[in-house]
Amino acid sequence: MQTIKQQWFGNVRGDILSGIVVALALIPEAIAFSIIAGVDPMVGLYASFCIAVVIAFVGGRPGMISAATGAMALLMVPLVKDHGLEYLLAATILTGIIQIVFGVCKVAKIMKFIPNAVMIGFVNALAILIFMAQVPHFLGISTMTYIFVAVTLIIVYTLPRFVKVIPAPLIAIVILTTIAIFSGVELRTIGDLGNISQSLPSFLLPNVPFSLETLKIIFPYSLALAIVGLLESLLTSQIVDDMTATESDKNKEARGQGIANFINGFFGGMAGCAMIGQSVINVKSGGRGRLSTLVAGMFLMFLILVLGNLVVQIPMPVLVGIMIMVSIGTFDWGSFTYLVKAPRTDAIVMLATVVIVVWTHDLSKGVLAGVLLSAIFFVVKISTTNIIKQDMHYMVEGQLFFASADSFVNYFKNADIQEKTITIDFSNSHIWDDSGVAALSKTKDLLREKGIKVEIVGLDGPSQKIVQQLDGMSSSH
Amino acid sequence: MYKHILLAADGSENAVRAAKEAVKIAGLSNETLIDIVYVADFEKAKSDVLHASSNSALLLERRKKVQNAEQVINAAGIMYKVTILHGIPGPEIIKYANENQVDLVIIGSRGLNKLQEMVIGSVSHKVMKRVHCPALIVK
Repeated sequence: MQTIKQQWFGNVRGDILSGIVVALALIPEAIAFSIIAGVDPMVGLYASFCIAVVIAFVGGRPGMISAATGAMALLMVPLVKDHGLEYLLAATILTGIIQIVFGVCKVAKIMKFIPNAVMIGFVNALAILIFMAQVPHFLGISTMTYIFVAVTLIIVYTLPRFVKVIPAPLIAIVILTTIAIFSGVELRTIGDLGNISQSLPSFLLPNVPFSLETLKIIFPYSLALAIVGLLESLLTSQIVDDMTATESDKNKEARGQGIANFINGFFGGMAGCAMIGQSVINVKSGGRGRLSTLVAGMFLMFLILVLGNLVVQIPMPVLVGIMIMVSIGTFDWGSFTYLVKAPRTDAIVMLATVVIVVWTHDLSKGVLAGVLLSAIFFVVKISTTNIIKQDMHYMVEGQLFFASADSFVNYFKNADIQEKTITIDFSNSHIWDDSGVAALSKTKDLLREKGIKVEIVGLDGPSQKIVQQLDGMSSSH
Repeated sequence: MYKHILLAADGSENAVRAAKEAVKIAGLSNETLIDIVYVADFEKAKSDVLHASSNSALLLERRKKVQNAEQVINAAGIMYKVTILHGIPGPEIIKYANENQVDLVIIGSRGLNKLQEMVIGSVSHKVMKRVHCPALIVK
């Protein structure tokens, strides 16, 4: 891993340029995610500023961009609706504390147990929810709205072929906002949905009663936010690791996300996490170090301070067009081939994750269900023991443990065995636990009653050991 | 003679044909090393990471992309190594070739993604224009 100095100043020019590009691309998203969450655009902008700046110092993955995100915004919708902004800020602080605890407990190891079917389902569900959140902002409003959404999409998809340095969404915003202002067309603007205040965030304690009651309200949200935030952050860090062919400290990143959210909550920001899309933009634009993340956060705040009164004039349909692009970019288009080619159980897990998230509007529930379902599939898969009979030789294939013990015994209970002596071969098997040993001795007893002599062969070292320990009296091999 | 030949590989049939030409040229000398280069495209990073069950699986998937070209060279008994780069295929190959002072770049005329090439222009064309050494484009 690089030294701290390299992480900061190893790529100054590239980092500053890419940080500026990211800041420009970040503003529309921060605003759109605030609108999804049901709070003022400033909440998302402050969050993006605070998180980016803090994570630049304490994150584990240099060059990764963290800010207000769609995944987190979607989780907080009911909390904001029922209890308001102050509870969201309190929940954000608690999210930070939970994430720090997770990080200290080395949560990155647990990430390995989340199968990729669940992660694919996660990004797909996220893409679908981001798209669904845009629908009320363009469906059946006016013809002009449709036209502006369509033109925005055309710009963001065709322009990057000709203009590579400036992010296309920004160009779409500048051109279409200008047209909207000067042509005087009737369009809803960001200003209709919330305020932009041209001021720096300030330190405030969330105005909530400091009581058990409050904790009861915010804890479920904070836990879900903490899990989803870490999930997306660790996935993003893997992507950045891969793109830059470097390694990163996942547990430090988890702690860093926690510290960033903890501080962010006191400065009026909503909980956030790492962003796949923005991090990819950063690396593609030449960003590699911590400086890129810092510049992105600082420059974003600078732009809001200077241009805040212009930002409120951005027409909503333009923002909607950009968010449709974001959702298309978030969706994993390889999923369709995956559904056909992947093992049937994996495809089911992926679909189940998507369906549950879209159904409940809660990414954490989908992930939890996906992990549980794949765990069940896994147990079912390895708990099927296959026994292949060759004359008097019975070959056991598969694992013998609590879940497969019964089927193993039943095989010999029901088998019509003519031979007087048989061998049971464990060369392709392994005995894992007491149940496995019990199944074996039960089978021996069973066959003895039928008057059949059994010889056990091919037990591997650990299996032999566990059999001897638990089955000491009747070791017949 | 050419001592260090860069062969761009992406798993396509064209890359295999390019490998066969590389073998012909490398076979003229005993000291020639063929550097089989595969670029893991930035555009596919997210999808690659999502669909790989582990880092080792990801590496294996990418090694598979050069396998067909590798087999051709291995069968001919020519010295070779495999390099996996990360970036945008055209510019990354150019950068690598120029930085490592490669003597010759061999590349298939068309990769796997025809649609993309219609839109952004061919990787081989870009490489040919901007590498500092001779380039062989194999049809």
